[in-house]
Amino acid sequence: MAERPLSPHITVYRWAYTMTLSILHRVTGVALAVALIGLVAWLVAASMGADSYAALLPLLTGVPGKLAIALAVAALIYHFCNGLRHLAWDLGAGFERADARRSAVLVVAATLIGAVLCLYFIFRGAGAA
Amino acid sequence: MSLRAPLARALHHGSAHDGVGHWLVQRVTAAALAPLAIWLLVGLLSLPSSDYATVTRWIGAGAHPVLLALTLLIASWHAWLGIQVVIEDYVHGFVAKTVALLASLFVHVLLAAAGVYAVLHIALAGGVAAGGT
Repeated sequence: MAERPLSPHITVYRWAYTMTLSILHRVTGVALAVALIGLVAWLVAASMGADSYAALLPLLTGVPGKLAIALAVAALIYHFCNGLRHLAWDLGAGFERADARRSAVLVVAATLIGAVLCLYFIFRGAGAA
Repeated sequence: MSLRAPLARALHHGSAHDGVGHWLVQRVTAAALAPLAIWLLVGLLSLPSSDYATVTRWIGAGAHPVLLALTLLIASWHAWLGIQVVIEDYVHGFVAKTVALLASLFVHVLLAAAGVYAVLHIALAGGVAAGGT
């Protein structure tokens, strides 16, 4: 396998901020796979009855738990927005460099706005989620 | 007709011919997840409280069990495909790569099965309780 031809590695290219978005798509994707474990644990605890659920709940409503939820929500919004960008590319739209850079800015802006909105709901007094 | 020599195929050189399928399923599951993810996020964030009664009532309400089961199945599928690519890119060595890929497969199947079972359990128990009272 080692002697197979390799395409030029990422380090030979001049850095462009669109590359950061690309790697962030992977990072948030892996983070969301971890978050899926949390979601399933939450559902399983709820399915095991009130006592099991009550045992798990402090993990979610404490500050570390809320921070983890906030990160997962931010990752979801980013992965969602950038995923739509990827789907548009796959349909052949927005592939020009100027378009790709404009949509990159749009994705970051949408993520920031969406994440701040969701953080408000997560950290407001009663604290859902 | 393949232009590749039989020896090249035997040595696993060239395309494995399942790349397009993987690529396509990754996109189809992404498109399916887009509305489901919005539904789940809005649903969870608008829960008035995270206590047991509120949460189980929400999980079992109306079409929620179906949508939740779909979300869990498709998210597990999508995540499995994504993690597979990440493992293939960053985990080197045949044994480590194979072990990581199999472990990822098992974990994702387990997540899907456990998640769907939990949702059904909550929904059906709620239905039985509601029907009994």
